[in-house]
Amino acid sequence: MDFSLLLQDIPTLLVVILGVPVVLAAYIVGGEYLVRRLPDKNRPQVRPWIWVGPALILVAAYLLIPAILTAIQSLESNNVDVLDPGTWGTNFVGFKNFARQFADFPTGGAWVAIRNNVIFWLIFYTIFTLIFGLILAVLFDRVKYEQFVKSLIFMPMAISSVALGLIWDFMYEYQPPGEPQTGTMNALVTTLFHHDPVSWLQDQWPGESFNLLNNLALIGAATWGITGFAMVILSAALKGIPGELLEAARVDGAGEITVFRRVILPLMMPTIVVVGTTLVIFALKAFDVVYVMTSGNYNTDVLAYRMYNQLYLASNSGGASAVAIILLVAVVPVLIFNLRQFRAVEARR
Amino acid sequence: MSSVTYDHVVKRYTADITVVKDMYVEIKDKEFMVLVGPSGCGKSTALRMLAGLESITEGEIRIGDRVVNNVAAKDRDIAMVFQSYALYPHMSVFDNMAFPLQMAHMKKPEIDKRVRSASKILGLDNFLSRKPRALSGGQRQRVALGRAIVRSPKVFLLDEPLSNLDAKLRGQTRIELQKLHRELETTFIYVTHDQVEAMTMGDRIAIMNAGILQQVGTPGEVYDHPANLFVAGFIGTPTMNFVPVTTSDSSAKASGFELKLPKAVPAGKGMLGFRPEALTDKPSDVSTLEMKVDVVERLGSDQFLYGQVGGDAVTARVDPRMKVEPGDTAKLGLDVRGLHLFDAQTETAFF
Repeated sequence: MDFSLLLQDIPTLLVVILGVPVVLAAYIVGGEYLVRRLPDKNRPQVRPWIWVGPALILVAAYLLIPAILTAIQSLESNNVDVLDPGTWGTNFVGFKNFARQFADFPTGGAWVAIRNNVIFWLIFYTIFTLIFGLILAVLFDRVKYEQFVKSLIFMPMAISSVALGLIWDFMYEYQPPGEPQTGTMNALVTTLFHHDPVSWLQDQWPGESFNLLNNLALIGAATWGITGFAMVILSAALKGIPGELLEAARVDGAGEITVFRRVILPLMMPTIVVVGTTLVIFALKAFDVVYVMTSGNYNTDVLAYRMYNQLYLASNSGGASAVAIILLVAVVPVLIFNLRQFRAVEARR
Repeated sequence: MSSVTYDHVVKRYTADITVVKDMYVEIKDKEFMVLVGPSGCGKSTALRMLAGLESITEGEIRIGDRVVNNVAAKDRDIAMVFQSYALYPHMSVFDNMAFPLQMAHMKKPEIDKRVRSASKILGLDNFLSRKPRALSGGQRQRVALGRAIVRSPKVFLLDEPLSNLDAKLRGQTRIELQKLHRELETTFIYVTHDQVEAMTMGDRIAIMNAGILQQVGTPGEVYDHPANLFVAGFIGTPTMNFVPVTTSDSSAKASGFELKLPKAVPAGKGMLGFRPEALTDKPSDVSTLEMKVDVVERLGSDQFLYGQVGGDAVTARVDPRMKVEPGDTAKLGLDVRGLHLFDAQTETAFF
C-alpha cells in the first residue's frame, strides 16, 4: 500500500499539534512578562486584555473582517474578487445592488423574502413555538410518564432539518381530487371534512400578495422541529419554581389558572425571554426547511435562501452580499430590543 | 375563628407507607395548638391535610362544623406560614401581603387599609415597596406572617416558621407570635420539632411519633403526666432519667437502689422515670440514691451532675451550692412525687 499521501501531511500535523500550544503559551508568558513590567496601577487595566486577546482575534478574523468585506462587496458589481485588494473599487457601483433588492415593492426584489422573514416567520414561528413549548412544559409537569413523553416531543431535534423537510413533504403531499391521498394532511382533509385536497405548499391562500397558507405550512414544519427545544428549557425553568410558592398561592385563595398567571408565568419570564430571543434569531436565519420543501417558490422565499440563491445559482456576489447586509440590518434592532428586554427582566429579579 | 377537628384521620401513600395513623384531636376555637414531634413523625403532613395541600385517605377533617375533605385549598379560608416563608419573589412586600386579599376580590381601598394596618403591627411600614430579596431573614418572616394575618382567616397554620431564624431572633419572634395570637383571637395551629417552642407557646400540645398521636394536653400536663415513655423522653431538657426496674406490688428494685412506689402496680419488669430536678442534694429517708459522679456542669443558676447509679446512667439537677467533684459519690434524695413508672412492654405509663 502507498502511504505517501498520508505521510506528506505529517509535518503540517506536527506544526499544528506542537506549534499551536507553543504559540499560545509564548503569547501568555510574553504577555504576563510585559504586564509585570508596567507600573502597579496600570496592571489591572491591561491584564484582562492580554487574556481575552486570543478570543478577540478569533472573533475579528471569523466575524468582523468577513462582515466588513461583505459590506464592501455589496457595493461592487458581481465580478470582483473581494480577497484581491487590487480589484477593490474598480467595479464600484454604489447602492445599485441594494436598489435592485428593494425595487418594485411589494412583489419585486427581496420584498417577498423580507415580508416572509420579518412578518410570517418572526411572528408565527416564535409565537407558535413559545406557546406550544409552554403548554407542553406545563401539562407534562403533571404527567406520570413525564420523562418518556418529553423525550418523544424532543425527538425531532435529533432529526436533520433536511430529513425533517422531506418528512413534511410527505405530510403535505397532494394528489388531484379523486385520486387516493397519500399525504397525511390531505387524507385528513378529504376523509374527515369531505373537502377537496389542498395543495399545502403551492396554494397561495388567501391571495397571491398575502399568501399565508403555504408559508404557515413551512413554519408549521419548522415549529414541529424546534418545539421540543423550547419545551425542555421552559420545563427546566418551571421545575426551578419552589413548590411551596404554588402551595402558598393556593392557600391564599388562588385557583390553578391564577396561580399560573400570577406566580408561575412571571417567574418563568426571564427564561421565556431568553428562549424567545433565540427563536427570533432562528426565525430570521430560516433556510433549510425552505430550501428542501419549496426552494423559495410560490412566494415562500426567505432572506437566507435568497442570499444562497443569488450567490450560487445566479452567480451574483454583489446581490448576495446586499441581501446579507439587509439581513444583518434586520437582525440588529431585534437583537438590541431583546438585549434591553433581557436586562430589564434581570433588573426586576 | 373556628374550631378544628381531626376525626380519625389517616394518611396513606401506599399500602405499607402510612404517615398519619388514626389521628383524633379536637382543637378549640381561638386555641394555640402546637403539633410537635421528631422529623418524619407526620406532623407536617397532618397540617398540610388541614391546609388542603394533601389529600385525606381516611377519616374527616372539620373546620367548625364543615367537613373540608373535598374542599380545595383556596376555598378553606385558612392562612399558612411556610418554613421557607414562600414569599412571591417578583412582588413587592405590599403586593405579597395584598395577594390573598386580591384573590378574595376585595376593593382596592380596603386592601390598602388592611395591608397598612398589618404592616404597622409587624413594623414593616418602611419596606412596603421592597422586594423580598432586599429584606433580612427576620423581615421576610414578618412579611409571611403579614400575608397570613391580613385576611383574618378562620385558622392560622404555621409550619416551623422559626427554624430559619437565628437563636436571638427566634426568642423574640416566639414572644411576638404569642402577642399576635392574643390580639387576633384566632385558632393557631403550629408545627415544630422543637419542644421548647411547644412548651412555651402552646395552650395545648399534641405530641406525635411515627404517625401516631401520643398525647394531647397542656404543657403542664404533658410535662408532669406523660402518657408514655416517648412523651416522657421527648419533653424536657435534659431528658428524663430512665432506669429499668423489677416491680413487685408497691416496691421497685433497680440495679443501684430500691424504693417504695406511691401506688401498687402489677409485678414484673418496668421502666422507672424521674426528671433530673426530682433529685436533690438532701438525702431523704424515703429514698436515697448513691450516684458515682462522672461529670459536673455548673451553669450558675443550675448544677448538672452526670453519673451512674448502680449500672444505670443518671442526670441530676441540683442546687449550685452543693459541693461535688467528678469521681465523688454523691448521696441524692429522690422526690417520690416526681416518679413515673412505665410498662416495659407497652411503654404506657402506670403513673
